[in-house]
Amino acid sequence: MEWYWVPEYFPRFVEGTWLTIQLLVISIIIGMSMAIPIGLVQVTGPRPLAWLAKGFCTVVRGTPLLIQLWLIYYGVGSLFPSIPGIRESFLWPYLRDAFPYAILAFSISVAGYEGEIMRGAFRGVPKGELEAARAIGMTPFQILRRVWLPRALQNVFPTLTGEFILTLKATPLAATITIYEAFGVSSIVRQETYRIYEPLLFVAFIYLVLAAVLIMIFKYFENKIPKRAS
Amino acid sequence: MENALEILSYSPPGWGGALLRGLMSTLQIAFGAYLLGLCIGLFGAFGKIYGGPVLRWSLEIYTTLIRAVPELVLILLLYYAGSDLLNFTLESFGFERIDINPLVAGIYVIGFVQGAYTTEVFRGAFHAVPTGQIEAAKAIGMSSWKRHTRVVIPAMLPFALPGLANLWLIATKETALLAVVGFSELALVTKQATGSTKAYLTLYLAAAALYLSVTLVSNVIFGFIERHYRRGQPEQA
Repeated sequence: MEWYWVPEYFPRFVEGTWLTIQLLVISIIIGMSMAIPIGLVQVTGPRPLAWLAKGFCTVVRGTPLLIQLWLIYYGVGSLFPSIPGIRESFLWPYLRDAFPYAILAFSISVAGYEGEIMRGAFRGVPKGELEAARAIGMTPFQILRRVWLPRALQNVFPTLTGEFILTLKATPLAATITIYEAFGVSSIVRQETYRIYEPLLFVAFIYLVLAAVLIMIFKYFENKIPKRAS
Repeated sequence: MENALEILSYSPPGWGGALLRGLMSTLQIAFGAYLLGLCIGLFGAFGKIYGGPVLRWSLEIYTTLIRAVPELVLILLLYYAGSDLLNFTLESFGFERIDINPLVAGIYVIGFVQGAYTTEVFRGAFHAVPTGQIEAAKAIGMSSWKRHTRVVIPAMLPFALPGLANLWLIATKETALLAVVGFSELALVTKQATGSTKAYLTLYLAAAALYLSVTLVSNVIFGFIERHYRRGQPEQA
């Protein structure tokens, strides 16, 4: 085991880890804001919308994330250059960058998996609570915002923690589309120093720390949820 | 559209046949890895339940580490470590270095990762078996082996099946990661095909459709298996 390369590459690992965190946080925020309506329409929505949401979840959960990522980056990305005038538009610098594609792919993945979980969560809220909210005259939107959504989220909070850890563990896939996040940096080190194990072990350690931090943050919020003393 | 059909046609220059062969090796790796995972899982679960402190702790470290480190990192680590270890052992016994068969390496890598998850599934299922049933088996004088093969494991299966079904789906999708180490399964074949045809969208959509069909067919099969093993159990809400 030789670790002489650590000081030299440390700044790049910091940058890479920061990129990993950005990927994770942005994807979770966008993905969850898609997952909530996807879960909701499957419980109360009109039939066609419910089917659409169900189909979306099935397709996302039934195909490997790597294929989705490549489909979006190489597949969808290859369509843009054929649009006339796009190279001159202000969008081009973003369309050429891999980061937005990775965010899109991970957000869709989060939306698919968590949409399924939110479906169960919304269904799991006792009917009596929703009826009580309606009885005291809340509008449907108020019921959703004050009773249904908070109660649903509380019930699946531990599950969601586990799911977000899985998302963290999926972020190294971004390295396959030229994004040098933590794992990507370790690949650079492997290529430049010809060390095989040390960079991999080092990056594994980074992910362990990130996972531990993520768990602590979610534990903090979980403890804030009021529990009925029993 | 015509162009897409041409690219996906079965015989060369179409890539349809290559994709299907890729799918076959994906399924082979997934199936082998799943079986290996089941063996590790069964051993790991009973090791965690009955084992001494050393065995319990090493299994605990195994399941925790495997489940906390990204699969891509694990696959690379296990792949290099496995082939190095094997060759080191061979050399120290005076044999020549060998190149590992990619199929075997893929099965070993994914199976080793799956084993950690399977261990936890089986452990959870074991604890869901009512203790009364195990005690009853003891009371009528069954030996430990008989007790496990006739009562504990059959009673565990209905609890374990949803988790096991999920793990099979994860195994099929995880094989795609092997593309990164250069196994020519479906994902890598697709990538090679896009390299020569430039039909990125068509080919990746085709690959996604193949993976999706594996998932959908597996869901139907596991539905049957679950119904079979749930017979005689109270309806669940």
